[in-house]
Amino acid sequence: MTEASTEYQHPLMKAYWAQIDTRFPQVEAVFEDVMAEALAVLTRKGIDAYLEAARVIGKLGRGVEPMLAFLEEWPSAAKAVGESALPAVMALVQRMQKSPNGNAITPFLQTLAPVARRLHSQEQMQRYLDITLDFMERTTGSIHGHHTTFPSPGLPDFFDHAPNLLNQLTLAGLKKWVEYGIRNYRTHPERQKDYFSVQSADSRAVLQRERHGTLFMDIERKLDLYLRGLWDDADQLVPYSTAFDELRKPIPYYDKLGMRVPDVYDDFFPPSPASGGGAGGEGVFVSGLDRYRATLAHMVGHRRWSEAQIADNWSPFQRMAVEFFEDCRVETLLIREYPGLRRLFLALHPKPLENACDPETTSCLRHRMAMLSRALLDPDHGYVDVDLNDFVVRFHAVMQQGESSTREIAALALSYVAKTRRQSDQFAKVHFDDTVVDYRDDNRQLWKFIEAGDEEEAFDEERKIEPGEEIRGLPPRHYPEWDYNSQTYRPDWASVYESLHASGKPADIDRLLAKHSALAKRLKKMLDLLKPQDKVRIRYQEEGSELDLDVAIRSLIDFKGGATPDPRINMSHRTDGRDIAVMLLLDLSESLNEKAAGSEQTILELSQEAVSLLAWAIEKLGDPFAIAGFHSNTRHDVRYLHIKGYGEHFNDEVKARLAAMEAGWSTRMGAAMRHAAHYLGARSADKKLMLILTDGKPSDVDAHDERLLIEDARQAVKELDQDGIFTYCISLDPKADEYVGDIFGRQFTVIDHIARLPEKLPALFMALTK
Amino acid sequence: MTTDKEQYKVHQEPYYQQQKNEVALYEAAYRNRLPVMVKGPTGCGKSRFVEYMAWKLDKPLITVACNEDMTASDLVGRYLLEANGTRWLDGPLTTAARIGAICYLDEIVEARQDTTVVIHPLTDHRRTLPLDKKGELINAHADFQLVISYNPGYQTLMKDLKQSTKQRFTAFDFDYPDAALETQIVARETGMDAAVAAQLVKIGGVARGLKGHGLDEGISTRLLVYAATLIKDGVDPTDACRMALVRPITDDADIRDTLDHAIDAVFAA
Repeated sequence: MTEASTEYQHPLMKAYWAQIDTRFPQVEAVFEDVMAEALAVLTRKGIDAYLEAARVIGKLGRGVEPMLAFLEEWPSAAKAVGESALPAVMALVQRMQKSPNGNAITPFLQTLAPVARRLHSQEQMQRYLDITLDFMERTTGSIHGHHTTFPSPGLPDFFDHAPNLLNQLTLAGLKKWVEYGIRNYRTHPERQKDYFSVQSADSRAVLQRERHGTLFMDIERKLDLYLRGLWDDADQLVPYSTAFDELRKPIPYYDKLGMRVPDVYDDFFPPSPASGGGAGGEGVFVSGLDRYRATLAHMVGHRRWSEAQIADNWSPFQRMAVEFFEDCRVETLLIREYPGLRRLFLALHPKPLENACDPETTSCLRHRMAMLSRALLDPDHGYVDVDLNDFVVRFHAVMQQGESSTREIAALALSYVAKTRRQSDQFAKVHFDDTVVDYRDDNRQLWKFIEAGDEEEAFDEERKIEPGEEIRGLPPRHYPEWDYNSQTYRPDWASVYESLHASGKPADIDRLLAKHSALAKRLKKMLDLLKPQDKVRIRYQEEGSELDLDVAIRSLIDFKGGATPDPRINMSHRTDGRDIAVMLLLDLSESLNEKAAGSEQTILELSQEAVSLLAWAIEKLGDPFAIAGFHSNTRHDVRYLHIKGYGEHFNDEVKARLAAMEAGWSTRMGAAMRHAAHYLGARSADKKLMLILTDGKPSDVDAHDERLLIEDARQAVKELDQDGIFTYCISLDPKADEYVGDIFGRQFTVIDHIARLPEKLPALFMALTK
Repeated sequence: MTTDKEQYKVHQEPYYQQQKNEVALYEAAYRNRLPVMVKGPTGCGKSRFVEYMAWKLDKPLITVACNEDMTASDLVGRYLLEANGTRWLDGPLTTAARIGAICYLDEIVEARQDTTVVIHPLTDHRRTLPLDKKGELINAHADFQLVISYNPGYQTLMKDLKQSTKQRFTAFDFDYPDAALETQIVARETGMDAAVAAQLVKIGGVARGLKGHGLDEGISTRLLVYAATLIKDGVDPTDACRMALVRPITDDADIRDTLDHAIDAVFAA
């Protein structure tokens, strides 16, 4: 490193340079500029602190980058949150320096200013720093004992994305998002990186869930009703994501597949000095829902009244003018339909200041068009430009005649362009402020092109679709999983694959049934008692099938005694059936292969017998009834095996599947229950019963915390209960008392003597449904 | 036994706005004493139409609102017990058949199915009403005509007319009138000026578009008239609409929001 070569002329500057005590030439190159900004923003005391902090950072031994970042970022950060936040920032820098996370210092400092601008207050800033610190401490790894040796893998990525994240999340939302990432990926560096660089799917999903504003998915139905009710239009609404495209913000549009709208709209608050032009010149608050409505109404207008024009012969400027005029035409027609829309459109439409753009230096085309567009909608626009007012009058004169047409309004637009053209319109510097009307669509439907493009090759050859592999089985269904630590759902966490259970020999089941024929006989007797008592007597009928003697005699007594007799002396009958749909869910995890205590048979064989008998019994009763088995091998592979559906009888096919029952892998109970509930819930029965036959607690190889799946199953039981499904667990685990009550409340039975399962299970079912 | 015909007559002309040629068609049906069924959503003017026709033809009108607990004897008549024996009392249908009135069974599907079959012999060439209990066979008066109404909208599978009943009637299919006509009706019925009436009708149209998407039935002309009446009384139009048009028909928050928005969009000029 060389001695600083420049001598600062100004003595003050010289003093500052001495204070910062550095020899980095890169710092020297920008020093005067950053000091100019700092002097404008910071107090005298602040300047001292600033230089001291820069000096410290320069001496960290991490090269010039962190120091440069700090020097550049801090003045504008201090402007947003106050310079007194500096000690807290420096404290964090020191913490990072002392931990293995020194490499995150630069990204942290580099994003400081945009983050600060989002946060506004020092208090908020402090909370941001707390989140960061917590994040760092929890993800910094250690191999042996206490000393942290590995840097946090996600921290630098997190800092890189912090400004963007804060654009979309509140601090509370950010905290939850970070929390989720730490909890799930603390031990997995690569995944952690993906998560914190907003690459992975669940990172985006959680982000989406925590976003502020009005989410499309929350109000989709309202928008559907809005379209249908007010506009008699019922197209598909397709949301697009606004979260991840930084450079080109997508604009609403519609095509033959549906109307595309953003997935979220923030509520629109007018800028605080309400008079200063710009969007919301009206000073009116517009809810996110109303912004959606404005967007949809505008598109409906185009769909109703716009006709595609041939674009080839028009210049881009001409096309832009036609778009603005046409937008105003359809909006005028919309307002004609619902006058209240004018208030909404005007609240969202920018109100450019008349002299905001200098035509000598800048291209003002957009500015002119936005002003005109405003003036066409707003009777009190207050613009004085002669041409503008002239065209406003001509526009209204045309619209007075009726609906006008795209073609007619395009002619007007072209003459406006011709009349107001300026040399400066061609300038590269374009005035963009207050010229974007964000509820309008991109007008792609307004144009048709005769020539497809300038390209030589033809791309419109039909592409052949490669005959791919035939899809086997059903596509997976994703279910959320409850995370009790944070009391939130992990979205789409478990993937459930449903398939038909393999088949074996149905004769095996028949043999099992024959073995238990004595038991079957006893069951038969109980079944007959349980069989629906079809006839129910309805008494006190004026007209019925039989005379109800009791009542008739009472009436006669009344009559003889001179009182008014009750004429309702007949009775009739009504049929009353059982209406219970049953789902039997079998845990087919590995542990079923163990021998049952005090028996020569495995638990699997005993379950097989029990289920066969139960199926036989329910078939006799005639209740709709389904059987499925499940096991899992991590959350990515939960198997749901179909054994018997509601539409099937207990026939040889079903018996064959039962005969082939095999055990393996683990027990992810919650996902299986949710999937089973999706079938059971679709039944129209009065009562819905889900029986779960299991031999152990919910667990899986990828769940290290053993409470996790227990709590998830408990949550699943709650969900099912809300859907009107009664769950009941039959546990074969002698130690089940420790946890099964947590999951199922009081709706469980523990069968200690597993050998008696075949007789217990049907009896239990009957007792439950009596 | 005589019954005062006059009490059943409609003396003042009810306001009825013809939608198409239903008045002439009804007159033709009446000339030939054909039974008539009027179908249509609630509050679209079915009952008003029948009332108007009774007035126009100058015939007595006996209206029976049907309900689930109604039995055949509620229509036909029954024996009443008296201290020294029993006495027969005619039901409304019997009365109408005797005096030659138009008998209007409103919302016939609500009545139990065994009830509806008692009208069968009155509705074909026989034009008789057997009174089993009394042992009498009434031949209907020459002026007698049977009219039933029903609203196909909210029927379930359980509540539908039997084919054998349906096929005894000529039918009118009523619906809400088109916007211009409905505006005229609301304006005429309440004395409201046509511009406001048109706005009300517009809101009515919004709700009718949502039928089947969470609404069982759109806003009826009757409710529009209620809203207009409230506005006429000095209630703020948006409040009147919320009270008379939205709150009665739905408890669904999304639909309520949408309709409220429509009201604002229509009235905020």
